[in-house]
Amino acid sequence: MISLTGIAKRFGPLDVLREVSLEVRPGAVTALVGPNASGKTTLIKIVLGLTRPDRGSVRVNGADADADGQYRKALGYMPQAAHFPENLRVRDVLALVSALRPGEARDEELMASFGLAAEMDKKVGTLSGGTRQKLNAAIAFLFRPSLLILDEPTAGLDPVASGVLKDKIRRAREEGRTILITSHVMSELEELADDVAFLCDGTLRFSGAVAALLERTKQPKLEGAIGALMRSVRATPPAVPSGSVDGASWLAPEAEGA
Amino acid sequence: MRIIALVLEAGLRDLSRNRWIAAYTAAFLVIAEGLFWFGGTGPQVVLSLLNVVLIVVPLVALIFGTIHVYSSREFVELLLAQPVPRGQLFVGLYLGLAIPLAGAFAVGAGIPFVLHLHAGAGLGALVALFAAGAGLSLIFAGVATWIALSTDDRLKGVGIALSVWLLTVVVYDGLVLALAATFGDYPLEKPLLGLMLANPVDLARVLVLTQLDVSALMGYTGALFERTFGSLAGTTVATTVLGVWCAVPFALAARHFRRRDF
Repeated sequence: MISLTGIAKRFGPLDVLREVSLEVRPGAVTALVGPNASGKTTLIKIVLGLTRPDRGSVRVNGADADADGQYRKALGYMPQAAHFPENLRVRDVLALVSALRPGEARDEELMASFGLAAEMDKKVGTLSGGTRQKLNAAIAFLFRPSLLILDEPTAGLDPVASGVLKDKIRRAREEGRTILITSHVMSELEELADDVAFLCDGTLRFSGAVAALLERTKQPKLEGAIGALMRSVRATPPAVPSGSVDGASWLAPEAEGA
Repeated sequence: MRIIALVLEAGLRDLSRNRWIAAYTAAFLVIAEGLFWFGGTGPQVVLSLLNVVLIVVPLVALIFGTIHVYSSREFVELLLAQPVPRGQLFVGLYLGLAIPLAGAFAVGAGIPFVLHLHAGAGLGALVALFAAGAGLSLIFAGVATWIALSTDDRLKGVGIALSVWLLTVVVYDGLVLALAATFGDYPLEKPLLGLMLANPVDLARVLVLTQLDVSALMGYTGALFERTFGSLAGTTVATTVLGVWCAVPFALAARHFRRRDF
């Protein structure tokens, strides 16, 4: 489980995250959504320990996210864009990552499904963007992590590969693993996500079950619900705390009077 | 140590296949072989090659190093997301850049000297030349890493790297000379020695020239250096300070790497 308490982060004059507190439910797929520059990637990087918060705490599976990074044994991370040293072969990249995590059980299902065996001796620089993204996904799932953090995982993948990856995500959830996923493709999140956390301007405006969000916004689809949230937030900033219903919590604009 | 070795091995594997590193090696090979080809004796080739080393090694280490660190950033983030300590990861990444740069120089410039063993370059001068080239590679790879970690804007980072090169290789000696000319009536020996130790390029020049017995070519600070320390003590001081110079940018970059947000 990932537990974030009062996370605040500032880059220069910009408040990127403002007192964000979020519990990512174990065994569920949580979609982290929000407009561009809302702080999603920064929040993910804070969980991974790549970025340090100015205030607040991060706990992963009950342990503090500490400096030596051992808590990351439980994590699998798929970044938004796949960049590997161009002159390394696919085999070299996999060997390096595997050597950095010795003794961990391996799951090579995605490598097989994506046909990466045929690419093993190719230099990464010669691979297409889609193939690099497949390698990126294969690495994230390679060590059977109990927590998966997937930043726009299907971006750049063809429909077949995208389907394979979504099936893998569903199976990971069925196995009881916890997944935090970001995407701008709402239909995709609707297929995959149990819960949703909506960030806007660095503030967590909603967190809870997808069904609770649909009910609250009276929208039939996630896309419409997120759109409604964004419109209401942008119409009347700033926000004040509002409350929680059915396990979902949100911050509502003052004018809504929620 | 295991993590350092793993990351270093990946860096060596990557850069040993890099076309710019191959071109850098070939350039030193052609230049050194060309100097022998045009009838240079061993010491003459060392001396001519020294001038190339002092200009080219810092330039390539700074520009190639800065661009390499910027282009590795996303991969570094992927590695940082694994259960590895930042400090060890940094050492592996730094050595994975610095060793190929130093190695490319050593292999490129070294092969012609092996082929022309009879030219009698002198062991001391050769060791000094290769130590200077390797030392400058390590120092400026560290500076490049520090610059790229300190500045997110790539264009700005490359601009700073170029400015550092201009300052240390081109402008510095002119400033020292202007200082000596302006304050010629004052006892400037000690401040000028200090200034020489403060620039690794000057230091590398003196390290090699003290082995060649050509103090007339050392410039003002070099001649002063030899007069103050003598040849053997001068070599020891220059080597020690060059070692300190290798450690300083490395330590600064390592500190930045451990603390920065990715």
